[in-house]
Amino acid sequence: MNKINQKLQEDKKLLSIYFTAGYPNIDDTVNIIQNLENNGVDMIEIGLPFSDPLADGPTIQASSTQALKNGMTTEVLFNQLKDIRKSVNIPLIIMGYFNPMLQYGVEAFCKKCQEIEIDGLIIPDLPVDVYHDEYKATFEKYGLINVFLITPQTSDERIRYIDSISNGFIYMVSSASTTGAKSGFGDEQTNYFERIANMNLNNPQIIGFGISNNETFTQATKYAKGAIIGSAFVKHVTNGGVETINEFVKKILI
Amino acid sequence: MSYNVNEKGYYGKFGGAFIPEMLYPNVEELRQNYLKVMAEPEFQKEFNQLLKDYVGRPSPLYFTKRLSEKYNTKIYLKREDLNHTGAHKINNTIGQILMAKRLGKNRIIAETGAGQHGVATATVCALMGLECIVYMGEIDIARQAPNVARMKMLGATVVPATSGSKTLKDATNEAIRDWINNPIDTHYIIGSVVGPHPYPDMVARFQAIISEEIKWQLQEHEGTTKPDYVVACVGGGSNAAGAYYHFLDDEDVQLIAVEAAGLGVDSGESAATSVLGREGIIHGSKTLLMQTNDGQITEPYSISAGLDYPGVGPMHAHLYKSGRAEFISITDDDAMTAGLELCKLEGIIPAIESSHALAIFEKKQFQPNDIVVVSLSGRGDKDLETYIKHFKL
Ligand SMILES: Cc1ncc(COP(=O)(O)O)c(C=O)c1O
Repeated sequence: MNKINQKLQEDKKLLSIYFTAGYPNIDDTVNIIQNLENNGVDMIEIGLPFSDPLADGPTIQASSTQALKNGMTTEVLFNQLKDIRKSVNIPLIIMGYFNPMLQYGVEAFCKKCQEIEIDGLIIPDLPVDVYHDEYKATFEKYGLINVFLITPQTSDERIRYIDSISNGFIYMVSSASTTGAKSGFGDEQTNYFERIANMNLNNPQIIGFGISNNETFTQATKYAKGAIIGSAFVKHVTNGGVETINEFVKKILI
Repeated sequence: MSYNVNEKGYYGKFGGAFIPEMLYPNVEELRQNYLKVMAEPEFQKEFNQLLKDYVGRPSPLYFTKRLSEKYNTKIYLKREDLNHTGAHKINNTIGQILMAKRLGKNRIIAETGAGQHGVATATVCALMGLECIVYMGEIDIARQAPNVARMKMLGATVVPATSGSKTLKDATNEAIRDWINNPIDTHYIIGSVVGPHPYPDMVARFQAIISEEIKWQLQEHEGTTKPDYVVACVGGGSNAAGAYYHFLDDEDVQLIAVEAAGLGVDSGESAATSVLGREGIIHGSKTLLMQTNDGQITEPYSISAGLDYPGVGPMHAHLYKSGRAEFISITDDDAMTAGLELCKLEGIIPAIESSHALAIFEKKQFQPNDIVVVSLSGRGDKDLETYIKHFKL
């Protein structure tokens, strides 16, 4: 069974962390992953940096720009992750924009992911219907789970459709925003969380965007199976360096 | 073969809407409504009235006597430079502001490179009394000060794009991010035939007035609605899309697209996307774009800020790949020389973008009886500084 599905069956709320590969330093990738697992994180999104990350706010933009300056490429990332399964067990997801994957070759990309035992992909700018018509078969051939996003503006009908073609979890974007834009949840968010929870979807939901501390993590996981932290973690690493990851995780999971 | 968009939003294999889910409702609302709204008689009436009374259309189709003599062929200029605000960009912003109003939006955002589209957007927002926010790369703000001032005078807020390379592509990213953060009340007026479907098609339809007029104007001049060639510069490709639109499926009319070679296509300082680009995704569209092997979008270069875009619209990618249009690239120097030549021979100071289109007469020999229509997309006022520097005037 895919590690993501296994993890989702565990009887606990899941903490997933996003970081930008090759940031702050090109060789931090593996170190960060190991550190996150050792500190009790359940799942990791490895950000493949892109020059034009449309869905991201300033923090992840800046980390992506720096990672690219550091020399990160698709090939470099795959090389760094070559032996990752010798030391790391939790589900690993690559999150990146579609163009770098397209240039690598979607099939070659998926094949490589299978080789190094990546479990899933999140590609914000690969539309649901294009995935369904052109790439679903390839992803499945290589055992990859593709994760789709929904937002407070996504209609029920479309959520049902996305649910029907998902086979892992649904990534619930907490509010209409780019990453790192808002913090704290108001009524609008909790109403939306509740609405989705009441839809009884086949796939569990994990909430991302706007989660930065124990409070927002707890709020989100009241309604969903887990939560994803991105910008707040990238900020923490920017200020405190890789050695202080344990402090960050501890504060979330107190 | 059709050169127009299909019902799924593709030109051949190019186009589509490669957008994050956060943008889906906005783009879908537009997709479901744009053709319906544009077909409404009331919309058509208001659009045409504004083009006539406010923009000053029809723009003349002018036969150049001395330029034609020099190159021994019949050269007509489609005078988009005489439009209000000085370029073809206003045709699109008039259309889109009316669209935004029909969709109940009260906040307008736009990206701009040289500032021409920003000015055209600020202008129509002033006209309609709508809030206007223009994203512009920090570097462009510094090099296009007069247009920044114009936008401010027109009541727009100019927001510097400080991410990435701080130019047009980053301003476009910022505008898209703004739209993600403001999905309900905001309409994004994109400035060319780029971006996710339905933008390329919608903008092409608003610019199609250019070729619609060319047809009847040429009938008056020459007794035929068909030129032998239509020539236009291509940044994103909106003036070209408009000038080609009603000739796309008539293969007797040859289409020539002129790209900016910058310092030369092999110099590393160029914006000739058809030569240097590969298939990929930029700003939500599958098209040709300049990128690294690894799929990172690279920064183009041209002396003309309006052609300084690392992609082309999907219609043009298709016209290129299918061979329907001939693509020619023109260097900075050749464009500047052609611009100055038009000043001397015809008393018209062209925008440097348009000068690229004019420079093809040194590259390509036409027959004496050929009717060649060149889209003179804009006037050169905004470029005086660059002309002064280049020619040490
Ligand atoms: C005068 C003029 N011509 C051409 C262009 C290029 O745009 P497009 O290729 O969309 O016509 C611009 C863009 O700013 C412009 O100002």
